[in-house]
Amino acid sequence: MSLLEVRNLRKAYGALKVTDDLDLTVEEGEIHAIIGPNGAGKSTLIAQLSGESLSDGGSVRFADAEMMGMAMHRRVRAGISRSFQITSILPGFTALENVATAVQARTGSSFRFFSPVDQENRLNDQALEALDRVGIADRAFFRAGSLSHGEKRQLELAIALATRPRLLLLDEPLAGTSGQEAERLVEVMHSLRGQVTLVLIEHDMAAVFSLADRVSVLVYGQIIATGPPDIIRADPKVRQAYLGEESAGAGDVAD
Amino acid sequence: MRIIPTRAWAATALFTAFAILPFLADALDDSYLVVIATRIIAYAIAALALDLILGYGGLVSFGHAAYLGIGAYSVAILSRAGITDLGLHLAAAIAGAAIFATITGAISLRTKGIYFIMITLAFAQMGYFFFVSLSAYGGDDGVTLAQRSTLFGQPVLESDRALYYTAFALLLGLYLLAVAITRSRFGRVLTGTRENPVRMRAIGFSPFRYQLTAFVISGCMAAVAGVMLANQTNYVSPAFMDWHRSGELVVMVVFGGVGNLLGAVAGATVALLLEEWLSILTEHWPLLFGVILVMVVLYSRDGLSGLFRRRT
Repeated sequence: MSLLEVRNLRKAYGALKVTDDLDLTVEEGEIHAIIGPNGAGKSTLIAQLSGESLSDGGSVRFADAEMMGMAMHRRVRAGISRSFQITSILPGFTALENVATAVQARTGSSFRFFSPVDQENRLNDQALEALDRVGIADRAFFRAGSLSHGEKRQLELAIALATRPRLLLLDEPLAGTSGQEAERLVEVMHSLRGQVTLVLIEHDMAAVFSLADRVSVLVYGQIIATGPPDIIRADPKVRQAYLGEESAGAGDVAD
Repeated sequence: MRIIPTRAWAATALFTAFAILPFLADALDDSYLVVIATRIIAYAIAALALDLILGYGGLVSFGHAAYLGIGAYSVAILSRAGITDLGLHLAAAIAGAAIFATITGAISLRTKGIYFIMITLAFAQMGYFFFVSLSAYGGDDGVTLAQRSTLFGQPVLESDRALYYTAFALLLGLYLLAVAITRSRFGRVLTGTRENPVRMRAIGFSPFRYQLTAFVISGCMAAVAGVMLANQTNYVSPAFMDWHRSGELVVMVVFGGVGNLLGAVAGATVALLLEEWLSILTEHWPLLFGVILVMVVLYSRDGLSGLFRRRT
């Protein structure tokens, strides 16, 4: 049984079919990259899988349970967590509070009104651990809004990890990060292999081909090919659909 | 969170001033001061209640006067029925406010931004017109109370000073309660939702339940203010729920500084003191008040609390 089985997933904005009878299978423990030209529907797919936006039809089975029609916060509790293409954090909170809030969401009731939350060591310890894992523990007490762009990406990954997901959906985690920050993030994703199943949208092909166990190519709302990186790289259909439109220099994918 | 040490200090100063005020009034031989101060404290409670959802939840309720009215009419209606105990008046006010807030909040919270402002205003106006049409309680003219609420069967609150200290104790208790709430797990979810609701959902929270709970808590607190106000004026009318009154509460919170609770108390205090003093100078005092409000908000995004913080 696969961890995630998506069948005939559909989503249209008016006449535009953004997700067009899409099938996708993700195995437990793998790092599964989804690539495709701009406008292929990658972020929409993530939004549909996470429950942020409603699907028009189809089925999303996760760990043997149907997710269709389930709200985002319930899917998080079921074990599907995500990051956003455009960084989404709590800017007025410290980095530590950002992550501690995510820990709080899965540990105990939040209808507690009297005891100060910033003194709950269990929350803070786990939050600090997650910050350390992504490499920004030294920023714990900085306001999240004041962090650099790359640090915010790292923070967002720490927040997602703090929900203890079985499946982590990452929407362009490397977008806009510096070389060093990107390296650190790739390293973190490598370290997650086998612990968390990753579905990764990424434009950085070097990162994709070094990380992914399998790659799926999404074009016009459909997966046109799925397979190990080497096979995908050599697939003529992929070269035509993806490289033909996206870049003159085939080097992007061939690297 | 950086302002907390300053806030604790400022809160101690402000509440100490409130505590010794009746003695100051004695020294000045100005008993009217205690009457004004009771009114100030009642409004401070309402502003505090509003700041809890406005400042921390990002929910701009433009209908909080409804809860003043619910509190005030609880006193009027129970008193006429022969129930005069303050505890029961407060219980009825809180229960009434909880019901009203649960129903109107559940509907209002489906909207955001300007729509939320308008829908809370609309619900408050419904309350206003309900009491306008309630002829048994004087309709538009309202109703004069035969006596103040009693405490343990005794007419203790007939003394202005006793009423003042009762209001003060309620303010202090509710202030400490509000501070605790904002620092709790619940408060963190409420504040986080103001910061970024999508992020909160993406870590597994459903914000609605928390926002509605905060809305109900806030409404109940404001109803306590209504009970005090009715006792202070010995008179209850739909004017308590007028939308102007809701606007004044928002002004007090913004004036004092949004989202630190003490600012709301200070905002209500300074706004009402200015009203008293400026109205002696000129009948066009709202104009002067407007200028002062604009200056404060213009030069300090955090209202009076911001001015204070900058100096320290």
